Amino acid sequence: MARTEFNRRDVLKSAGAVGATAALGGLSGLAQAQAPITVGFIYVGPRDDYGYNQAHAEAVAEVKKLPGIKAVEEENVPETTAVQKTMQGMISQDGATLLFPTSFGYFDPHMLAVAAKNPNVRFAHCGGMWTEGKHPKNTGSFFGYIDEGQYLNGVIAGHMSKSKKIGFIAAKPIPQVLRNINAFTMGARSVDPSITTTVIFTGDWSMPVKEAEATNSLADQNVDVFTMHVDGPKVIVETAAKRGKFVCGYHASQAKLAPNAYLTGAEWNWITAYKTIIDAARTGKPHPNFVRGGLKEGFVKPSPYGGMVTAAAKKSADDVKAAMVAGKFDIFKGPLKDNTGKVVIPAGKAFKQTDIELEGMNYLVEGVIGKA
Amino acid sequence: MALSTRTTDTIEAIALPVMAMAGALLLFGVFIWAGGKNPVEAWALLFKGAFGDWFSWQNSLQRAAPLMLTALCVAIPARAGLVVIGGEGALVLGGLACAAVPYVFAPPENSFGTAILLLAAALAGGVWIAVVGLLRQKRGVNETISSLLLAYTAIALFKHFVEGPMRDPASLNKPSTRTIAEGLRIGGIAGTDIHWGLVFGVVVCVVLGLWLFFTTSGFATRIVGGNARAALLVGLPSPRIIVVSCAIGGACAGLAGGIEVAAVHNNANASLIAGLGYTGILVSFVARHNPWAVVPVAVLFGGFGAAGSLLQRRMDVPDASVMVLQGFAFLLILASEALRGRLFAARAPKVVVAAAPLPSVIKANV
Repeated sequence: MARTEFNRRDVLKSAGAVGATAALGGLSGLAQAQAPITVGFIYVGPRDDYGYNQAHAEAVAEVKKLPGIKAVEEENVPETTAVQKTMQGMISQDGATLLFPTSFGYFDPHMLAVAAKNPNVRFAHCGGMWTEGKHPKNTGSFFGYIDEGQYLNGVIAGHMSKSKKIGFIAAKPIPQVLRNINAFTMGARSVDPSITTTVIFTGDWSMPVKEAEATNSLADQNVDVFTMHVDGPKVIVETAAKRGKFVCGYHASQAKLAPNAYLTGAEWNWITAYKTIIDAARTGKPHPNFVRGGLKEGFVKPSPYGGMVTAAAKKSADDVKAAMVAGKFDIFKGPLKDNTGKVVIPAGKAFKQTDIELEGMNYLVEGVIGKA
Repeated sequence: MALSTRTTDTIEAIALPVMAMAGALLLFGVFIWAGGKNPVEAWALLFKGAFGDWFSWQNSLQRAAPLMLTALCVAIPARAGLVVIGGEGALVLGGLACAAVPYVFAPPENSFGTAILLLAAALAGGVWIAVVGLLRQKRGVNETISSLLLAYTAIALFKHFVEGPMRDPASLNKPSTRTIAEGLRIGGIAGTDIHWGLVFGVVVCVVLGLWLFFTTSGFATRIVGGNARAALLVGLPSPRIIVVSCAIGGACAGLAGGIEVAAVHNNANASLIAGLGYTGILVSFVARHNPWAVVPVAVLFGGFGAAGSLLQRRMDVPDASVMVLQGFAFLLILASEALRGRLFAARAPKVVVAAAPLPSVIKANV
């Protein structure tokens, strides 16, 4: 790409132009091709949470290495008027022309309110459902099909579990979370259909005490492989490792926390989405309003396998991964029953990841012990 | 120098917090310097971010608005002698009640309808904290602990209703109640980003200050706060006054929740649980539970938030560094209380002390 050919003089020029852009209120940046820009990133929690926010912050660290881009960051911003002020501050104080509010709750009403006041600034929201005709053109949403990563987690867990009981600790029974639980379970049951997943909902995104209690309680019930969908998986990973159980990570890599227990993990790879959206802003192309992708597009990635993962496990996970990357693998296909015995996807029907219907998932599949 | 006690008291009341703040900023500078960054730049950014220009002022004031009301939930019961720290619970239930009104009946879509919503919010918060006062009076339950535990209960109730019976089916990944009608929302103050919630905050602080300091029932409340038994002896209905002051405090926090829903979120959802009730505790303690002092202190805390935002973006410091500054400020302001009454007394009475040595008998016993 052209960016990598920038020499020092160009970078200095860019830096000067960044200042000029800021001085002009940041409105001129959109017009020129490859113009240097200031990009703002907003996180709902701490940047080093070993989870959701860290996954974003790691990609932002990559963005900062790109020439001609100035990144400003702010962490621990609650989903109140505070985030509206942060966005407006990034625009008027730092001259940002592109913002990445990364928490789900920033979308409505906060981002929409600020976007309406700043029609020349682009907003790329993580996870929100941007809808054509309903939301302004200078806003958009991006997200990844991380259930693919959870399916691979499940395949590894299925091979590594001896008790045939695996555990999933989740925040809330909302569609995104249910989709992950289902994918994880189906991955494990593709290895051995006698496997069951016990799910515990803690009730909120960051509940360290409840997460530890849930992990211990499941460990007491002989669950031997864990995964999760909470904002910061740190506590679950550490507790599971302490109990001598295996764990599959989520959001970012938690391998460092428990090298002897960490099998693999479903990680975000936000840099792909960031680059797509930033490049469009720099070249003056229309703002990409609806950006989605999975393993194939490089939006999500599995963590490197831990040393204890068996060759057979690696092989079957790698086979599934290859099929996913080739676009030949559908996770949600019929016949599929939920855990009450009701058919949720009839035989012969297969959903593509892009199918909007999957984003309203409200059931737990056969093999999950728990209630949606 | 013959300054009257009243004058020295006033000077002290202003000088002590100012000195404490200066000390906090100085310590914060040392902290920043220890982290290898430029303290002067940090100070400049703090000021610029909080009060440097009109945008910063709007930013600080906007953040201050809910804190004024949640601080009152601590300040008013404190005046009646209770340490209530569960304003968060009253706030979320206030928000829930505000969002719940349209489920019960359709309020008129005008300011009268908005008033009904806010009244429901205040009522919910008021009842919740009044329960704390009743538990204290009827069952001798420690109000600090019960209010804190009830805050968890309130949050659990809030989640139950928002994610269960009151959930808007369209809110898939972020469970919320149904959005309130356009006509019921609270708008911005002309030409600014600040919503009318700020005015509510200031007015309620001023009115409650007037009530406390210039009315008989306010005076009675302060007497009860001084000594509830003595108040009973002189014929004041202590139990009732305590419960009423709890209800007033709770109503303030409930109103804060209602305003957050009507002016910001437009529905009740988990974003409402942002710790505003807990920050209110700090504000009230720093303001020494004086409703009038709550206003500037809340603005100061709003300023911390706004300044912290800019500081993070410009100096790449973690959010926790602003918490450090807040911690310094809080500790020093409380510690400066030890100097109250001594700032001016230091010089004059020394002679008196020296002139009255302890009698030798007592000395021997020491």
